[in-house]
Amino acid sequence: MSQPKTLIDKIWDAHVVREQVGEPSLLYIDLHLVHEVTSPQAFEGLRLSQRSVRRPDLTFATVDHNVPTTDRSKPIEDPISRQQIDTLRNNCQMFGIHLADITSDDQGIVHVIGPELGLTLPGKTIVCGDSHTSTHGAFGALAFGIGTSEVEHVLATQCLQQQRPQTMQVVVRGQLAPGIRAKDLILGIIAKYGTAFGTGYVVEYRGEAIAALSMEERMTICNMSIEAGAKAGLIAPDETTFAYLRGRKYAPQGELFDEAVSLWKTLKTDEDAMFDQTIEFDASTLVPQVTWGTSPGMGANVTDKVPHPSDFADPVVKRSVQLALEYMGLQPGTPITDIAIDRVFIGSCTNGRIEDLRSAADVVKGKKVSERVSAMVVPGSYEVKKQAEREGLHQVFLDAGFEWREPGCSMCLAMNPDVLAPGERCASTSNRNFEGRQGRDGRTHLVSPAMAAAAAIAGHFVDIRTFS
Amino acid sequence: MEAFHTHSGIAAPLSRANIDTDAIIPKQFLKRIERSGFGQFLFYEWRFAQDGTPIVDFILNTAPYDKASILVAGPNFGCGSSREHAPWALLDFGFKAIIAPSFADIFYNNCFKNGIVPIVLPDDQVQTLLELTAAKKGTVLTVDLEQQQVVLPDNTTFSFEVDNYRKMLLMNGLDDIGLSLQHEDRITAYEKNALFARPIA
Ligand code: SF4
Repeated sequence: MSQPKTLIDKIWDAHVVREQVGEPSLLYIDLHLVHEVTSPQAFEGLRLSQRSVRRPDLTFATVDHNVPTTDRSKPIEDPISRQQIDTLRNNCQMFGIHLADITSDDQGIVHVIGPELGLTLPGKTIVCGDSHTSTHGAFGALAFGIGTSEVEHVLATQCLQQQRPQTMQVVVRGQLAPGIRAKDLILGIIAKYGTAFGTGYVVEYRGEAIAALSMEERMTICNMSIEAGAKAGLIAPDETTFAYLRGRKYAPQGELFDEAVSLWKTLKTDEDAMFDQTIEFDASTLVPQVTWGTSPGMGANVTDKVPHPSDFADPVVKRSVQLALEYMGLQPGTPITDIAIDRVFIGSCTNGRIEDLRSAADVVKGKKVSERVSAMVVPGSYEVKKQAEREGLHQVFLDAGFEWREPGCSMCLAMNPDVLAPGERCASTSNRNFEGRQGRDGRTHLVSPAMAAAAAIAGHFVDIRTFS
Repeated sequence: MEAFHTHSGIAAPLSRANIDTDAIIPKQFLKRIERSGFGQFLFYEWRFAQDGTPIVDFILNTAPYDKASILVAGPNFGCGSSREHAPWALLDFGFKAIIAPSFADIFYNNCFKNGIVPIVLPDDQVQTLLELTAAKKGTVLTVDLEQQQVVLPDNTTFSFEVDNYRKMLLMNGLDDIGLSLQHEDRITAYEKNALFARPIA
């Protein structure tokens, strides 16, 4: 019998084009997703070296980072954003790449539309010039972010030179309590193990709490793997995965789908397969999470208080905590639920999917956004937007006083006009609370969609478990 | 890409953990479609006040650190976004090497593609370098890639690990796309039996 293998190794081995001792492997890439920010210099590189795109038919582009989330019928005001979007348009035309352009029904955040369109499938190697490519791992794909030089490499060769990664399993035992979501889980894991526990590893999430998650929630988990430093995060495909994918636009159809499912069913870690590293997490005692600092690992239970730098022994950590609290304008010892907010952002590739909007809408239904708060919902894609509108969720949000926007990355990174003003404090469903991420001197607290929605109503953080 | 053998230059200490790529180059500067010209925006929000005037006590704004070409920093350097604009900005500013106890993967990788040497040293050695370069302005360090050593002014040496293949590419200034394309027949053969690739029709 052959050696038992992890899922990660199975996908890896199926994609090795060439192996040579002392050199990285040449790894085949099945799907290359492209967006406007990290691709212009790659296409320019191709032109300069007179190379072409090897497999335009395995390449798919969209615009998401720069697009305005207000009226799309008007031209984009910012000339540099407009130029970047035009550049992608021209490059796609020149190299024959399919583009889900700003007015396309398929447009959206690249990590939302890949799965939605059935481009993301189990067993694939998927790359994109974007660190949150790890999202696609939720389908049992090996998906990771790359830099622009590597974007060029994939365009030219459909391959990457890669060292075989180390493997780690994160075993999540128990079940999440009602009201606790995938976002709380991944924030909880990162708060416990730090923002670098995954560095050098591809992580497989396993255990009963993971198996019970919906695809949307699995995507939230895998999405934030990069916030733990991991190269990629993935979850073995199962019936939940297959049910999600059946009938998707670019997924195999009919009999071909069933054939694909039999192949996909082989995509799991063999019993007795060895991981290079294992960590465990108990989901059953988890409570809602809120970050208080400027790194996703600086998180606390909603029932806790803002920590004091002196709670930390390591001098480097102590100093980071001090800087973070200064930046965030927080006093040590403040109960998390006493932190008042000015803005709420529900959206991003972490939490801009239909289920996220449903869970937020559940909370705001029949209530009003606090007078001190301005709140917005930015669906992750047109498809999410249309689905939400079919379900009447947009009306729930509008009635409560939220803004209802066009899809895009929006205030997750604030490259478009959606920006925090200096000193503004935001409850955000996105993935990064770095200094300046949502606008210079803006203060970001990462939370789940339900927690963000509840904070919008209350005007400060509240424990969703007791909120009514 | 320029070949890298040894480099001597002024080292600047930036004693923070988790310096992310949003801090290295804020997103408002990612809209350019060129690779060059990002140095002026490096660490923008630390270097410049809201109105664009330089913040005088930020280290890279003070002589001689404004001429630094080696950066010494805290752990998990380069975390966050995959933007290659981060190494482009560092390179454009003049940095040739970055020394830290650890780096985020994508950033680490991006450095090599741009001729910057990312050097991992143990905590205590990084601490020594941080203190040394802060205490004595204009301290010159030497990075010897061939010998895999950082040489201090008193000739103390700190050895570092680097993957042989990457070292070879850097020392020869080689284009790895060209190297991959040498195996085009293998790629074509692989494509005939690719199990998971699905053309987008
Ligand atoms: S939503 Fe945010 S994290 Fe996701 S791709 Fe867009 S900018 Fe990146």
